[in-house]
Amino acid sequence: MLECGDAMANLPMIPELLKQLFRQPATNTFPAKYLPPSVTGFLKMVSRGEAAIHPPVATPPEFRGKITYEPEGCIGCSLCVKICPAHAIELVNETKTIRIYVSQCIFCSQCTDMCPKGSLKMSDEFLLADEDRYSDNLIVE
Amino acid sequence: MSDGNPAKTTPYTVPIGPIHPALKEPVMFTFRMNGEQIEKADFAPGQTHRGIEWMGMRRNPIQIVHLTDRICGICGVSHSLAFARAVEQIMEIDVPERADYIRAIIAEFERIQSHLLWAGMAAHELGFDTLLHLTWRVREQAMDTIELLTGNRVNYGIIQIGGVRRDITPDQHPAIHECLDYYRDLQGKLLRIFLEDATIQMRCRDCGILTRDDALRLCTVGPTARASGVNMDVRVDFPYAAYGDLDIEPILPDRYLGETRGDVFDRIVVRLLEVEQSAGIIRQCLDVMPAGDILWETKIPKILAAFKKAHGEAVGRHEAPRGEVLHYVRMDGKEHPTAWKVKASSYSNLMSWIPMLEGEQIADIPIIVASIDPCLSCTDRVAVVRGGRRSIMTKEELHRLSVEKTRRLMR
Ligand code: SF4
Ligand code: SF4
Repeated sequence: MLECGDAMANLPMIPELLKQLFRQPATNTFPAKYLPPSVTGFLKMVSRGEAAIHPPVATPPEFRGKITYEPEGCIGCSLCVKICPAHAIELVNETKTIRIYVSQCIFCSQCTDMCPKGSLKMSDEFLLADEDRYSDNLIVE
Repeated sequence: MSDGNPAKTTPYTVPIGPIHPALKEPVMFTFRMNGEQIEKADFAPGQTHRGIEWMGMRRNPIQIVHLTDRICGICGVSHSLAFARAVEQIMEIDVPERADYIRAIIAEFERIQSHLLWAGMAAHELGFDTLLHLTWRVREQAMDTIELLTGNRVNYGIIQIGGVRRDITPDQHPAIHECLDYYRDLQGKLLRIFLEDATIQMRCRDCGILTRDDALRLCTVGPTARASGVNMDVRVDFPYAAYGDLDIEPILPDRYLGETRGDVFDRIVVRLLEVEQSAGIIRQCLDVMPAGDILWETKIPKILAAFKKAHGEAVGRHEAPRGEVLHYVRMDGKEHPTAWKVKASSYSNLMSWIPMLEGEQIADIPIIVASIDPCLSCTDRVAVVRGGRRSIMTKEELHRLSVEKTRRLMR
């Protein structure tokens, strides 16, 4: 056990703390620079064009975000349905296309690797929070 | 507590958990206290069983790899790697050499971020939150590099049966080196803050001691075992991936401190030194990594077809940041495995809590509990929900149940 006098001399964190006072904060403030009274209210203002979002940290080039689907090239082979680990894809029999439930998707990108036609891609969109898991934004078809 | 006022009798019992601010993971502790001192400690895991193995039995190994990514929130590659190695052994797949190196690189980046996360957590458990924030800020550098290499910060999705899904391209090398240099410059400072700080010394030195004998007797693994002076590391003892080609030596506390006490302080030392070691391993990998394929088979339908020809069982092991993780897989010529068993590293380490905690003060519980870097959600594999009765299963009973289950599966 150390003596109290030694203890005061051994606080290497103090200079680090003092330096930090003059540094930029490491955190990116998002979605607003300063905390708005209501985040949902702020986002509504953003959608009306009355406020601007403070940009998020950029995603890396190969980021796996919300899935995108091009029904034109799709041949309805349903290989993606078979490989999806989260059972997030279903085949729509009438049109021979697929439907992806993004709320179920785990962003593994396995279906995009599997698709013989390159109809599936991962986008860089990640702001997917929603109150309704079947909202239009969360169903891709 | 038969006679008199129960509040006045000693020893008294203090329950902590299953959900408690001092614990970062759900586990139920019961302490028999004598004043401030712990006389007897007991714990019950099993609060966070998620049935992942059950889900796996209905999926093929390509799908299971993505499930294994999610067994642990921090070890995004350890479980996938151990599982993939088990399946690869059954199918006698030769993983391309380049893929082996990429696996090692990602696994070491994972160790860096996991150990820094832990170090921050340890500081937090001591009430030293400024250090928590500093450690977690420097951890971000590793997270960013992982994100650059794999696409995402947490669930990397990098492992595929027979290789890896993404190559490390030359244009990524500068970013990797920048990250490694950052940690080289930082290492001295981090060690100084953690090891010379009087608060940390006073709280962690000679606190929560696990002797070498206890560590061996209780089969502890990973940094917890190494901090007690047990020279073991799967990467060295049973090399896999690229580790056989690399120069690695298990980190023991006496290398830095000149002695091994097996206390919380030693566990901090081991983990912090391993951050440096991991950065060195990544450098070695980048230097000697051969060019070539990264997948044994690029066409996924062909891999799926190969599962149907796979017969046999195997164990895949990996030195995860918390110690050895082990996956047992059995394939019987179907796309889905017949059996899949996960043993997370924390499973081997939980029992070491008892000798560490007994005799210590109540205020030391959070840091001692955290010092083995427990991951309960990875560990919990069993939950008995029928009947709601409590009982203890003996080894014989468990053996009988497992024989019964095997018979049922073979039918
Ligand atoms: S990214 Fe993965 S989880 Fe999402 S739809 Fe594709 S295969 Fe399924
Ligand atoms: S794998 Fe591609 S082509 Fe086949 S159903 Fe899916 S999206 Fe369509």
